[in-house]
Amino acid sequence: MNKTQQILFDEPGPRAQRRIRIATVLGSILVAGALVAAVYQFASHGELAANRWEPFTTWPIWRYLLNGLWATLRAAAATAVLSAALGLLLALGRLSTHRPLRWLAGAYVEIFRTVPTLLLIYVTLFALPQYGLNFPLFWKLVVPLVVSNSAAFAEIFRSGILALDRGQTEAGLAVGLRRGQVMALVVLPQALLQLAPSLVSQLVGLLKDTSLGFVVSYTELLYSGQVLASYTHLLIQTFLVVALIYLVVNASLSKFARVLQARNGRFGGRRGRRAADLPPPLLEGNTPR
Amino acid sequence: MEALTDHLSALGHGLVTTVELTVVTTVGAMLLGIVVATLRIAPVPLLRAIGTVYVEVFQNLPLLALLVLFVFALPTIGITFPLFTSAVIVIAVYEGAYLAEAIRAGINTVGVGQAEAARAIGLTFGQSLRHVILPQGLRAVIQPIGNICIALLMNTSLAAAVGVVELTQAANNVNLVEAQPIAVFTGAGLAYMLLALIIGQVTGLLERRLAIVR
Repeated sequence: MNKTQQILFDEPGPRAQRRIRIATVLGSILVAGALVAAVYQFASHGELAANRWEPFTTWPIWRYLLNGLWATLRAAAATAVLSAALGLLLALGRLSTHRPLRWLAGAYVEIFRTVPTLLLIYVTLFALPQYGLNFPLFWKLVVPLVVSNSAAFAEIFRSGILALDRGQTEAGLAVGLRRGQVMALVVLPQALLQLAPSLVSQLVGLLKDTSLGFVVSYTELLYSGQVLASYTHLLIQTFLVVALIYLVVNASLSKFARVLQARNGRFGGRRGRRAADLPPPLLEGNTPR
Repeated sequence: MEALTDHLSALGHGLVTTVELTVVTTVGAMLLGIVVATLRIAPVPLLRAIGTVYVEVFQNLPLLALLVLFVFALPTIGITFPLFTSAVIVIAVYEGAYLAEAIRAGINTVGVGQAEAARAIGLTFGQSLRHVILPQGLRAVIQPIGNICIALLMNTSLAAAVGVVELTQAANNVNLVEAQPIAVFTGAGLAYMLLALIIGQVTGLLERRLAIVR
Protein backbone atom coordinates (compact mmCIF):
# COMPACT_ATOMS: atom_id res chain seq x y z
CA MET A 1 0.00 0.00 0.00
CA ASN A 2 1.44 3.38 -0.87
CA LYS A 3 1.68 6.16 1.64
CA THR A 4 -0.93 8.40 0.05
CA GLN A 5 -3.76 5.94 0.47
CA GLN A 6 -3.28 5.79 4.21
CA ILE A 7 -4.86 9.22 4.40
CA LEU A 8 -8.33 7.97 3.47
CA PHE A 9 -8.09 5.06 5.89
CA ASP A 10 -5.71 4.22 8.73
CA GLU A 11 -3.17 1.43 8.76
CA PRO A 12 -5.60 -1.50 9.02
CA GLY A 13 -5.79 -3.13 12.43
CA PRO A 14 -6.78 -6.77 13.03
CA ARG A 15 -10.48 -6.18 12.40
CA ALA A 16 -9.92 -4.08 9.29
CA GLN A 17 -7.50 -6.65 7.96
CA ARG A 18 -10.12 -9.32 8.44
CA ARG A 19 -12.65 -7.18 6.57
CA ILE A 20 -10.13 -6.57 3.76
CA ARG A 21 -9.59 -10.33 3.50
CA ILE A 22 -13.35 -10.95 3.35
CA ALA A 23 -13.80 -8.26 0.68
CA THR A 24 -10.91 -9.75 -1.31
CA VAL A 25 -12.48 -13.21 -1.20
CA LEU A 26 -15.92 -11.85 -2.15
CA GLY A 27 -14.40 -9.78 -4.94
CA SER A 28 -12.48 -12.78 -6.28
CA ILE A 29 -15.63 -14.89 -6.22
CA LEU A 30 -17.46 -12.17 -8.15
CA VAL A 31 -14.71 -11.82 -10.77
CA ALA A 32 -14.37 -15.60 -11.10
CA GLY A 33 -18.16 -15.89 -11.39
CA ALA A 34 -18.23 -13.32 -14.21
CA LEU A 35 -15.43 -15.17 -16.01
CA VAL A 36 -17.19 -18.52 -15.62
CA ALA A 37 -20.44 -17.02 -16.90
CA ALA A 38 -18.61 -15.58 -19.91
CA VAL A 39 -16.87 -18.87 -20.69
CA TYR A 40 -20.16 -20.74 -20.29
CA GLN A 41 -21.87 -18.29 -22.64
CA PHE A 42 -19.13 -18.75 -25.24
CA ALA A 43 -19.06 -22.54 -24.82
CA SER A 44 -22.83 -23.05 -24.95
CA HIS A 45 -22.93 -21.30 -28.33
CA GLY A 46 -19.99 -23.27 -29.66
CA GLU A 47 -17.76 -20.21 -29.89
CA LEU A 48 -14.96 -21.80 -27.88
CA ALA A 49 -14.34 -24.54 -30.45
CA ALA A 50 -10.66 -24.64 -31.39
CA ASN A 51 -11.38 -24.18 -35.08
CA ARG A 52 -13.05 -20.84 -34.34
CA TRP A 53 -9.93 -19.43 -32.69
CA GLU A 54 -7.23 -21.26 -34.62
CA PRO A 55 -7.37 -18.87 -37.63
CA PHE A 56 -6.02 -16.17 -35.34
CA THR A 57 -2.75 -18.07 -35.07
CA THR A 58 -2.23 -17.93 -38.83
CA TRP A 59 -0.24 -15.28 -40.64
CA PRO A 60 -2.73 -14.30 -43.41
CA ILE A 61 -5.34 -13.22 -40.85
CA TRP A 62 -2.79 -11.25 -38.87
CA ARG A 63 -1.33 -9.73 -42.03
CA TYR A 64 -4.82 -8.50 -42.89
CA LEU A 65 -5.44 -7.08 -39.42
CA LEU A 66 -1.97 -5.52 -39.23
CA ASN A 67 -2.63 -3.89 -42.60
CA GLY A 68 -5.75 -2.43 -41.00
CA LEU A 69 -3.69 -1.25 -38.04
CA TRP A 70 -1.18 0.32 -40.42
CA ALA A 71 -4.01 2.19 -42.19
CA THR A 72 -5.31 3.31 -38.77
CA LEU A 73 -1.88 4.60 -37.80
CA ARG A 74 -1.49 6.40 -41.15
CA ALA A 75 -4.86 8.11 -40.76
CA ALA A 76 -4.05 8.96 -37.14
CA ALA A 77 -0.64 10.38 -38.09
CA ALA A 78 -2.07 12.54 -40.87
CA THR A 79 -4.86 13.74 -38.56
CA ALA A 80 -2.42 14.41 -35.72
CA VAL A 81 0.00 16.50 -37.80
CA LEU A 82 -2.68 18.52 -39.56
CA SER A 83 -4.91 19.12 -36.56
CA ALA A 84 -2.00 20.00 -34.27
CA ALA A 85 -0.79 22.59 -36.81
CA LEU A 86 -4.28 23.98 -37.37
CA GLY A 87 -4.99 23.84 -33.63
CA LEU A 88 -1.87 25.87 -32.87
CA LEU A 89 -2.87 28.51 -35.43
CA LEU A 90 -6.39 28.63 -33.95
CA ALA A 91 -5.04 28.99 -30.42
CA LEU A 92 -2.77 31.84 -31.51
CA GLY A 93 -5.74 33.37 -33.34
CA ARG A 94 -7.87 33.20 -30.21
CA LEU A 95 -5.13 34.92 -28.22
CA SER A 96 -4.36 37.45 -30.94
CA THR A 97 -4.66 41.19 -30.37
CA HIS A 98 -6.70 41.53 -33.59
CA ARG A 99 -10.39 41.39 -32.78
CA PRO A 100 -11.66 39.82 -36.07
CA LEU A 101 -9.00 37.11 -35.90
CA ARG A 102 -9.89 36.39 -32.28
CA TRP A 103 -13.56 36.23 -33.14
CA LEU A 104 -13.11 33.92 -36.14
CA ALA A 105 -10.87 31.47 -34.30
CA GLY A 106 -13.21 31.54 -31.30
CA ALA A 107 -16.25 30.81 -33.46
CA TYR A 108 -14.47 27.92 -35.21
CA VAL A 109 -13.42 26.32 -31.93
CA GLU A 110 -16.80 26.75 -30.24
CA ILE A 111 -18.66 25.31 -33.24
CA PHE A 112 -16.52 22.27 -33.90
CA ARG A 113 -16.10 21.43 -30.24
CA THR A 114 -19.82 20.71 -29.98
CA VAL A 115 -20.68 19.20 -33.38
CA PRO A 116 -20.26 15.41 -33.47
CA THR A 117 -17.50 14.10 -35.72
CA LEU A 118 -19.93 11.64 -37.28
CA LEU A 119 -22.08 14.54 -38.47
CA LEU A 120 -18.98 16.08 -40.09
CA ILE A 121 -18.23 12.73 -41.71
CA TYR A 122 -21.75 12.60 -43.14
CA VAL A 123 -21.19 16.09 -44.50
CA THR A 124 -17.99 15.05 -46.31
CA LEU A 125 -19.67 11.85 -47.50
CA PHE A 126 -23.01 13.19 -48.68
CA ALA A 127 -22.90 16.98 -48.86
CA LEU A 128 -19.53 18.09 -50.19
CA PRO A 129 -19.55 15.82 -53.30
CA GLN A 130 -22.61 17.78 -54.48
CA TYR A 131 -20.41 20.85 -54.54
CA GLY A 132 -17.63 19.15 -56.45
CA LEU A 133 -15.55 18.35 -53.38
CA ASN A 134 -15.15 14.59 -53.68
CA PHE A 135 -12.11 13.60 -51.65
CA PRO A 136 -10.35 10.24 -51.93
CA LEU A 137 -11.46 7.76 -49.25
CA PHE A 138 -8.50 8.46 -46.96
CA TRP A 139 -9.29 12.16 -46.85
CA LYS A 140 -13.01 11.53 -46.38
CA LEU A 141 -11.99 10.17 -43.00
CA VAL A 142 -9.08 12.50 -42.23
CA VAL A 143 -10.66 15.85 -43.17
CA PRO A 144 -13.60 15.65 -40.72
CA LEU A 145 -11.30 14.27 -38.02
CA VAL A 146 -8.95 17.23 -38.55
CA VAL A 147 -11.83 19.70 -38.41
CA SER A 148 -13.03 18.43 -35.02
CA ASN A 149 -9.64 17.53 -33.50
CA SER A 150 -8.10 20.88 -34.41
CA ALA A 151 -10.70 22.52 -32.15
CA ALA A 152 -9.66 20.20 -29.31
CA PHE A 153 -5.96 20.87 -29.95
CA ALA A 154 -6.64 24.62 -30.03
CA GLU A 155 -8.13 24.47 -26.53
CA ILE A 156 -5.17 22.43 -25.23
CA PHE A 157 -2.66 24.89 -26.69
CA ARG A 158 -4.62 27.90 -25.46
CA SER A 159 -4.86 26.59 -21.91
CA GLY A 160 -1.12 25.84 -21.93
CA ILE A 161 -0.23 29.29 -23.17
CA LEU A 162 -2.55 30.95 -20.65
CA ALA A 163 -1.20 28.80 -17.83
CA LEU A 164 2.33 30.08 -18.36
CA ASP A 165 3.46 32.75 -15.93
CA ARG A 166 2.77 36.28 -17.28
CA GLY A 167 6.24 37.30 -16.21
CA GLN A 168 7.65 35.23 -19.05
CA THR A 169 5.87 37.38 -21.64
CA GLU A 170 6.73 40.58 -19.79
CA ALA A 171 10.40 39.63 -19.59
CA GLY A 172 10.43 38.87 -23.31
CA LEU A 173 8.84 42.23 -24.13
CA ALA A 174 11.20 43.99 -21.70
CA VAL A 175 14.29 42.76 -23.54
CA GLY A 176 12.83 44.21 -26.74
CA LEU A 177 11.29 41.20 -28.49
CA ARG A 178 8.18 41.73 -30.57
CA ARG A 179 4.95 39.91 -29.56
CA GLY A 180 5.42 37.28 -32.25
CA GLN A 181 8.98 36.67 -31.17
CA VAL A 182 7.99 36.39 -27.52
CA MET A 183 5.42 33.76 -28.49
CA ALA A 184 7.80 31.79 -30.71
CA LEU A 185 10.94 32.03 -28.59
CA VAL A 186 9.73 32.23 -25.00
CA VAL A 187 6.12 31.21 -24.47
CA LEU A 188 5.53 28.34 -26.91
CA PRO A 189 8.64 26.26 -26.14
CA GLN A 190 7.77 26.25 -22.44
CA ALA A 191 4.03 25.71 -22.96
CA LEU A 192 4.67 22.79 -25.32
CA LEU A 193 6.91 21.07 -22.81
CA GLN A 194 4.25 21.41 -20.13
CA LEU A 195 1.53 20.27 -22.52
CA ALA A 196 3.32 17.17 -23.81
CA PRO A 197 1.24 14.74 -21.69
CA SER A 198 -2.11 16.32 -22.70
CA LEU A 199 -1.07 16.26 -26.34
CA VAL A 200 -0.19 12.56 -26.15
CA SER A 201 -3.54 11.85 -24.43
CA GLN A 202 -5.27 13.69 -27.24
CA LEU A 203 -3.45 11.35 -29.64
CA VAL A 204 -5.21 8.42 -27.96
CA GLY A 205 -8.56 10.12 -28.52
CA LEU A 206 -7.66 10.84 -32.12
CA LEU A 207 -6.56 7.27 -32.76
CA LYS A 208 -9.86 6.07 -31.34
CA ASP A 209 -11.66 8.51 -33.67
CA THR A 210 -10.10 6.85 -36.73
CA SER A 211 -12.40 3.89 -36.02
CA LEU A 212 -15.03 6.07 -37.75
CA GLY A 213 -13.38 4.76 -40.91
CA PHE A 214 -15.93 2.00 -40.27
CA VAL A 215 -18.58 4.44 -41.54
CA VAL A 216 -16.73 5.64 -44.64
CA SER A 217 -15.53 2.10 -45.56
CA TYR A 218 -11.89 3.15 -45.25
CA THR A 219 -10.13 -0.11 -44.38
CA GLU A 220 -8.63 0.88 -41.05
CA LEU A 221 -8.57 -1.59 -38.17
CA LEU A 222 -12.27 -1.66 -37.23
CA TYR A 223 -13.51 -1.81 -40.83
CA SER A 224 -10.89 -4.48 -41.60
CA GLY A 225 -12.34 -6.44 -38.70
CA GLN A 226 -15.80 -6.06 -40.18
CA VAL A 227 -14.64 -7.25 -43.61
CA LEU A 228 -12.74 -10.15 -42.09
CA ALA A 229 -15.69 -11.16 -39.91
CA SER A 230 -18.13 -11.20 -42.80
CA TYR A 231 -15.66 -13.33 -44.78
CA THR A 232 -14.76 -15.84 -42.05
CA HIS A 233 -18.02 -15.66 -40.03
CA LEU A 234 -15.86 -15.48 -36.90
CA LEU A 235 -17.75 -12.46 -35.64
CA ILE A 236 -17.04 -12.26 -31.93
CA GLN A 237 -13.50 -13.65 -32.19
CA THR A 238 -12.51 -11.06 -34.80
CA PHE A 239 -13.94 -8.10 -32.91
CA LEU A 240 -12.38 -9.25 -29.64
CA VAL A 241 -8.98 -9.47 -31.34
CA VAL A 242 -9.52 -6.04 -32.92
CA ALA A 243 -10.43 -4.61 -29.51
CA LEU A 244 -7.30 -6.19 -28.04
CA ILE A 245 -5.11 -4.54 -30.70
CA TYR A 246 -6.67 -1.13 -29.98
CA LEU A 247 -6.17 -1.72 -26.28
CA VAL A 248 -2.48 -2.58 -26.64
CA VAL A 249 -1.70 0.38 -28.93
CA ASN A 250 -3.66 2.95 -26.91
CA ALA A 251 -2.58 1.70 -23.51
CA SER A 252 1.03 2.07 -24.66
CA LEU A 253 0.31 5.64 -25.75
CA SER A 254 -1.44 6.38 -22.42
CA LYS A 255 1.49 4.91 -20.54
CA PHE A 256 3.83 7.16 -22.54
CA ALA A 257 1.67 10.16 -21.56
CA ARG A 258 2.01 9.22 -17.89
CA VAL A 259 5.78 8.90 -18.22
CA LEU A 260 5.89 12.39 -19.74
CA GLN A 261 3.68 13.65 -16.92
CA ALA A 262 6.03 12.24 -14.31
CA ARG A 263 9.01 13.83 -16.04
CA ASN A 264 7.21 17.16 -16.27
CA GLY A 265 6.59 16.99 -12.55
CA ARG A 266 10.35 16.94 -12.13
CA PHE A 267 10.83 19.83 -14.56
CA GLY A 268 8.03 21.69 -12.82
CA GLY A 269 10.05 21.61 -9.61
CA ARG A 270 12.43 24.14 -11.10
CA ARG A 271 9.76 26.76 -11.51
CA GLY A 272 8.17 28.06 -8.36
CA ARG A 273 7.49 25.65 -5.53
CA ARG A 274 9.36 22.41 -5.31
CA ALA A 275 7.37 19.21 -5.09
CA ALA A 276 8.44 18.73 -1.48
CA ASP A 277 6.84 22.06 -0.46
CA LEU A 278 3.44 21.09 -1.82
CA PRO A 279 0.81 19.74 0.56
CA PRO A 280 0.86 15.94 0.53
CA PRO A 281 -1.51 14.51 -2.08
CA LEU A 282 -4.51 12.55 -0.89
CA LEU A 283 -3.96 10.05 -3.66
CA GLU A 284 -1.45 9.71 -6.45
CA GLY A 285 -1.83 12.40 -9.13
CA ASN A 286 -2.05 15.46 -6.92
CA THR A 287 -4.48 18.02 -8.33
CA PRO A 288 -3.60 21.66 -7.77
CA ARG A 289 -5.98 23.37 -5.38
CA MET B 1 -35.14 25.69 -45.52
CA GLU B 2 -38.14 23.71 -46.78
CA ALA B 3 -36.14 20.52 -46.44
CA LEU B 4 -36.08 21.24 -42.72
CA THR B 5 -39.71 22.23 -42.24
CA ASP B 6 -41.08 19.37 -44.39
CA HIS B 7 -39.32 16.79 -42.25
CA LEU B 8 -39.73 18.45 -38.90
CA SER B 9 -41.29 15.35 -37.33
CA ALA B 10 -38.46 13.03 -38.48
CA LEU B 11 -35.82 15.46 -37.26
CA GLY B 12 -37.83 16.06 -34.09
CA HIS B 13 -37.92 12.32 -33.37
CA GLY B 14 -34.18 12.18 -33.92
CA LEU B 15 -33.65 15.09 -31.57
CA VAL B 16 -35.85 13.50 -28.90
CA THR B 17 -33.95 10.22 -29.23
CA THR B 18 -30.64 12.05 -28.88
CA VAL B 19 -31.88 13.85 -25.76
CA GLU B 20 -33.26 10.61 -24.24
CA LEU B 21 -30.05 8.78 -25.04
CA THR B 22 -28.00 11.57 -23.49
CA VAL B 23 -30.06 11.87 -20.30
CA VAL B 24 -30.42 8.14 -19.57
CA THR B 25 -26.77 7.48 -20.40
CA THR B 26 -25.55 10.39 -18.28
CA VAL B 27 -27.39 9.06 -15.23
CA GLY B 28 -26.04 5.54 -15.78
CA ALA B 29 -22.50 6.75 -16.47
CA MET B 30 -22.57 8.97 -13.37
CA LEU B 31 -23.60 6.08 -11.10
CA LEU B 32 -20.96 3.83 -12.69
CA GLY B 33 -18.38 6.60 -12.36
CA ILE B 34 -19.03 6.99 -8.64
CA VAL B 35 -18.82 3.23 -8.08
CA VAL B 36 -15.59 2.90 -10.07
CA ALA B 37 -14.00 5.95 -8.43
CA THR B 38 -14.87 4.40 -5.04
CA LEU B 39 -13.32 1.09 -6.11
CA ARG B 40 -10.13 2.90 -7.10
CA ILE B 41 -9.65 4.40 -3.64
CA ALA B 42 -10.95 1.45 -1.60
CA PRO B 43 -8.77 -0.10 1.13
CA VAL B 44 -8.96 -3.49 -0.61
CA PRO B 45 -6.15 -3.96 -3.18
CA LEU B 46 -8.25 -6.30 -5.33
CA LEU B 47 -11.05 -3.74 -5.65
CA ARG B 48 -8.52 -1.04 -6.56
CA ALA B 49 -7.15 -3.33 -9.27
CA ILE B 50 -10.64 -3.94 -10.66
CA GLY B 51 -11.25 -0.18 -10.83
CA THR B 52 -7.92 0.44 -12.55
CA VAL B 53 -8.50 -2.29 -15.15
CA TYR B 54 -11.98 -0.89 -15.87
CA VAL B 55 -10.67 2.63 -16.47
CA GLU B 56 -7.69 1.46 -18.55
CA VAL B 57 -9.82 -0.78 -20.76
CA PHE B 58 -12.66 1.62 -21.46
CA GLN B 59 -10.51 4.73 -21.89
CA ASN B 60 -8.36 2.97 -24.47
CA LEU B 61 -11.00 1.26 -26.62
CA PRO B 62 -12.79 3.23 -29.35
CA LEU B 63 -16.47 3.69 -28.50
CA LEU B 64 -17.45 2.61 -32.00
CA ALA B 65 -15.51 -0.67 -31.63
CA LEU B 66 -17.37 -1.31 -28.36
CA LEU B 67 -20.72 -0.55 -29.98
CA VAL B 68 -19.97 -2.86 -32.91
CA LEU B 69 -18.77 -5.62 -30.57
CA PHE B 70 -21.84 -5.29 -28.37
CA VAL B 71 -24.49 -4.91 -31.06
CA PHE B 72 -23.18 -7.18 -33.83
CA ALA B 73 -20.95 -9.73 -32.07
CA LEU B 74 -22.54 -10.46 -28.67
CA PRO B 75 -25.71 -11.91 -30.25
CA THR B 76 -23.55 -14.79 -31.51
CA ILE B 77 -23.13 -15.91 -27.89
CA GLY B 78 -26.79 -15.32 -27.17
CA ILE B 79 -26.64 -11.88 -25.56
CA THR B 80 -29.10 -9.48 -27.15
CA PHE B 81 -30.70 -6.26 -25.99
CA PRO B 82 -33.01 -3.83 -27.76
CA LEU B 83 -30.93 -1.44 -29.87
CA PHE B 84 -31.58 1.63 -27.74
CA THR B 85 -30.74 -0.26 -24.53
CA SER B 86 -27.52 -1.55 -26.10
CA ALA B 87 -26.47 1.98 -27.01
CA VAL B 88 -27.27 3.20 -23.48
CA ILE B 89 -25.29 0.38 -21.85
CA VAL B 90 -22.22 0.76 -24.08
CA ILE B 91 -22.01 4.56 -23.95
CA ALA B 92 -22.63 4.59 -20.18
CA VAL B 93 -19.91 2.00 -19.60
CA TYR B 94 -17.52 3.95 -21.85
CA GLU B 95 -18.18 7.39 -20.35
CA GLY B 96 -18.26 5.89 -16.85
CA ALA B 97 -14.49 5.43 -17.10
CA TYR B 98 -13.99 9.14 -17.86
CA LEU B 99 -16.40 10.21 -15.12
CA ALA B 100 -14.63 7.92 -12.64
CA GLU B 101 -11.35 9.68 -13.36
CA ALA B 102 -12.95 13.12 -13.04
CA ILE B 103 -14.55 12.14 -9.71
CA ARG B 104 -11.25 10.74 -8.46
CA ALA B 105 -9.62 14.08 -9.33
CA GLY B 106 -12.38 15.74 -7.30
CA ILE B 107 -11.71 13.48 -4.33
CA ASN B 108 -8.07 14.55 -4.53
CA THR B 109 -9.10 18.14 -3.92
CA VAL B 110 -10.76 17.34 -0.59
CA GLY B 111 -8.53 18.39 2.29
CA VAL B 112 -6.70 15.65 4.13
CA GLY B 113 -7.99 17.14 7.38
CA GLN B 114 -11.55 16.44 6.25
CA ALA B 115 -10.82 12.72 5.88
CA GLU B 116 -8.97 12.66 9.19
CA ALA B 117 -11.77 14.51 10.97
CA ALA B 118 -14.32 12.09 9.56
CA ARG B 119 -12.31 9.18 10.91
CA ALA B 120 -11.72 10.91 14.22
CA ILE B 121 -15.46 11.14 14.90
CA GLY B 122 -15.70 7.42 14.20
CA LEU B 123 -17.08 7.28 10.68
CA THR B 124 -16.24 4.14 8.72
CA PHE B 125 -14.64 4.29 5.24
CA GLY B 126 -18.06 4.06 3.59
CA GLN B 127 -19.62 6.65 5.86
CA SER B 128 -16.81 9.19 5.51
CA LEU B 129 -16.93 8.71 1.75
CA ARG B 130 -20.70 9.18 1.60
CA HIS B 131 -21.08 12.05 4.04
CA VAL B 132 -17.78 13.92 3.85
CA ILE B 133 -15.53 13.12 0.89
CA LEU B 134 -17.85 12.53 -2.08
CA PRO B 135 -20.17 15.51 -1.53
CA GLN B 136 -17.18 17.85 -1.49
CA GLY B 137 -15.24 16.00 -4.18
CA LEU B 138 -18.14 16.04 -6.64
CA ARG B 139 -18.75 19.75 -6.08
CA ALA B 140 -15.12 20.48 -6.93
CA VAL B 141 -15.33 18.92 -10.39
CA ILE B 142 -18.71 20.13 -11.71
CA GLN B 143 -17.03 21.87 -14.66
CA PRO B 144 -15.03 18.83 -15.87
CA ILE B 145 -18.12 16.64 -15.41
CA GLY B 146 -20.06 19.11 -17.58
CA ASN B 147 -17.39 18.80 -20.28
CA ILE B 148 -17.65 15.01 -20.15
CA CYS B 149 -21.44 15.31 -20.51
CA ILE B 150 -20.94 17.41 -23.65
CA ALA B 151 -18.54 14.76 -24.99
CA LEU B 152 -21.18 12.17 -24.13
CA LEU B 153 -23.80 14.14 -26.09
CA MET B 154 -21.50 14.14 -29.12
CA ASN B 155 -20.73 10.45 -28.65
CA THR B 156 -24.41 9.48 -28.71
CA SER B 157 -24.17 10.21 -32.44
CA LEU B 158 -22.06 7.05 -32.83
CA ALA B 159 -25.19 5.04 -32.00
CA ALA B 160 -26.19 5.99 -35.55
CA ALA B 161 -23.41 3.78 -36.91
CA VAL B 162 -25.07 0.70 -35.36
CA GLY B 163 -28.58 1.65 -36.41
CA VAL B 164 -30.14 3.92 -33.77
CA VAL B 165 -32.01 6.71 -35.54
CA GLU B 166 -30.96 9.65 -33.43
CA LEU B 167 -30.38 13.22 -34.59
CA THR B 168 -27.33 12.57 -36.81
CA GLN B 169 -28.97 9.59 -38.50
CA ALA B 170 -32.29 11.42 -38.87
CA ALA B 171 -30.47 14.31 -40.55
CA ASN B 172 -28.70 11.88 -42.85
CA ASN B 173 -31.97 10.16 -43.75
CA VAL B 174 -33.69 13.46 -44.50
CA ASN B 175 -30.76 14.54 -46.63
CA LEU B 176 -30.87 11.31 -48.64
CA VAL B 177 -34.49 12.14 -49.54
CA GLU B 178 -34.20 15.88 -50.01
CA ALA B 179 -30.59 16.28 -51.16
CA GLN B 180 -30.40 19.55 -49.27
CA PRO B 181 -27.28 18.83 -47.26
CA ILE B 182 -26.40 22.38 -46.24
CA ALA B 183 -29.77 23.15 -44.66
CA VAL B 184 -30.23 19.73 -43.05
CA PHE B 185 -26.74 19.25 -41.63
CA THR B 186 -26.49 22.85 -40.49
CA GLY B 187 -29.81 22.44 -38.71
CA ALA B 188 -28.61 19.29 -36.98
CA GLY B 189 -25.30 20.94 -36.08
CA LEU B 190 -27.14 23.90 -34.56
CA ALA B 191 -29.31 21.52 -32.54
CA TYR B 192 -26.20 19.84 -31.11
CA MET B 193 -24.67 23.23 -30.31
CA LEU B 194 -27.88 24.27 -28.58
CA LEU B 195 -27.92 21.09 -26.47
CA ALA B 196 -24.25 21.57 -25.60
CA LEU B 197 -25.00 25.16 -24.67
CA ILE B 198 -27.81 23.99 -22.35
CA ILE B 199 -25.47 21.49 -20.65
CA GLY B 200 -22.86 24.25 -20.33
CA GLN B 201 -25.41 26.65 -18.80
CA VAL B 202 -26.70 24.03 -16.35
CA THR B 203 -23.18 23.13 -15.19
CA GLY B 204 -22.35 26.84 -14.93
CA LEU B 205 -25.44 27.34 -12.74
CA LEU B 206 -24.61 24.30 -10.60
CA GLU B 207 -21.04 25.48 -10.30
CA ARG B 208 -22.14 28.91 -9.01
CA ARG B 209 -24.63 27.33 -6.59
CA LEU B 210 -22.53 24.46 -5.31
CA ALA B 211 -18.83 25.06 -5.86
CA ILE B 212 -16.83 25.39 -2.67
CA VAL B 213 -14.51 28.36 -2.64
CA ARG B 214 -11.29 27.37 -0.92
